[in-house]
Amino acid sequence: MFVIGGVGVLTRRNAIVIFMSVELMLNAVNLAFVAFSRMHGNLDGQVIAFFVMVVAAAEVVVGLAILTAIFRARRSASVDDANLLKY
Amino acid sequence: MKPGSVLALGMATETQNLAFWVLAVVSVAAALGMVLARRAVHCAVLLAVVMLSLAALYAELGAPFLAFVQIIVYTGAVLMLFLFVLMIVGVNSRDSLVETIRGQRLAAGLVAIGLLVLLALIIGHAAIGPAAPSSAAYSTSNLPGIATLIFTTYVFPFEVTSALLITAALGAMVLAHRERTKPKPTQRELARLRVASGRPAPLPGPGTYAQHNAVDMPALLPDGTPSELSVSPVIIRRIELGIDELPAGPAETGERTGQLEAPHAPGEAQPSERDNSEQHEGAPCS
Repeated sequence: MFVIGGVGVLTRRNAIVIFMSVELMLNAVNLAFVAFSRMHGNLDGQVIAFFVMVVAAAEVVVGLAILTAIFRARRSASVDDANLLKY
Repeated sequence: MKPGSVLALGMATETQNLAFWVLAVVSVAAALGMVLARRAVHCAVLLAVVMLSLAALYAELGAPFLAFVQIIVYTGAVLMLFLFVLMIVGVNSRDSLVETIRGQRLAAGLVAIGLLVLLALIIGHAAIGPAAPSSAAYSTSNLPGIATLIFTTYVFPFEVTSALLITAALGAMVLAHRERTKPKPTQRELARLRVASGRPAPLPGPGTYAQHNAVDMPALLPDGTPSELSVSPVIIRRIELGIDELPAGPAETGERTGQLEAPHAPGEAQPSERDNSEQHEGAPCS
């Protein structure tokens, strides 16, 4: 699932879909954390997965706010058009 | 241990295995569909499927707290945020399939296959022992255990997390804020603009109420011609993009209803005939 998310990040050009793929990768890592914490029999992995979720939520909030700001300025959600910092 | 409880234990692990395989297949298929789907809304819905099945997997792995956090935070908050932004940015924005960087898709596929092989090799070589015996930390005392860990060992990261959340909320507000560059138009200016625009009345509403009551049906003018102004430009744009079908015009539907009414009249006569024949057939039996 991490690999699928990576493919999504690399190939899609709509920035929202790229964010969704990043979420997918984070979820895959979370699942691995929980599974290994179950295997080792302690709860540290679950706590770390919880922190990952919180950080992911914050990241999505800021990322989508940046997206709306860019969309308002450029009327486009494609990553190729976001070259304001280039020149 | 009684034999009954052994049997129940075996059935429980079998059910867990079955649930794991079903959920794994569903989540991986939905993730693949998410990456391959063309429209962003389909991606969001498939992502919801992935997250719900992951929540079920967490619950099955003995992490009920994380399962509920997953449902509330991801499926509830993050996905709704995605959908809101999709609606703001525009649902009908389609991904163009033109490659801007040459060979990007091929390179991405190669990298993905390489990563998959690498991960499979690492996991295959790792000595993964049997799972730890299911202790009380995975059933009843899961929540107290996590709370103890968060507020003792991980108390400093937890506090930093709160600072991060406040910063993120403030940053989102600042980024999404729009400065008003012009003063707000007064009511007098708005009224002047409206009269000067040549159409002081509001736009006609859609729908020909005799046969249809839909927003994609243009209203009929008094001379019988459909009014273009009565349909929302968003719907017209969607029809142009081929996302929605063009609704049948009022004239066509009139013919269709006429055709529907025509066979209806003989249709009423048929059931009575059938009733009569049934009665005739049924009479000798009784």
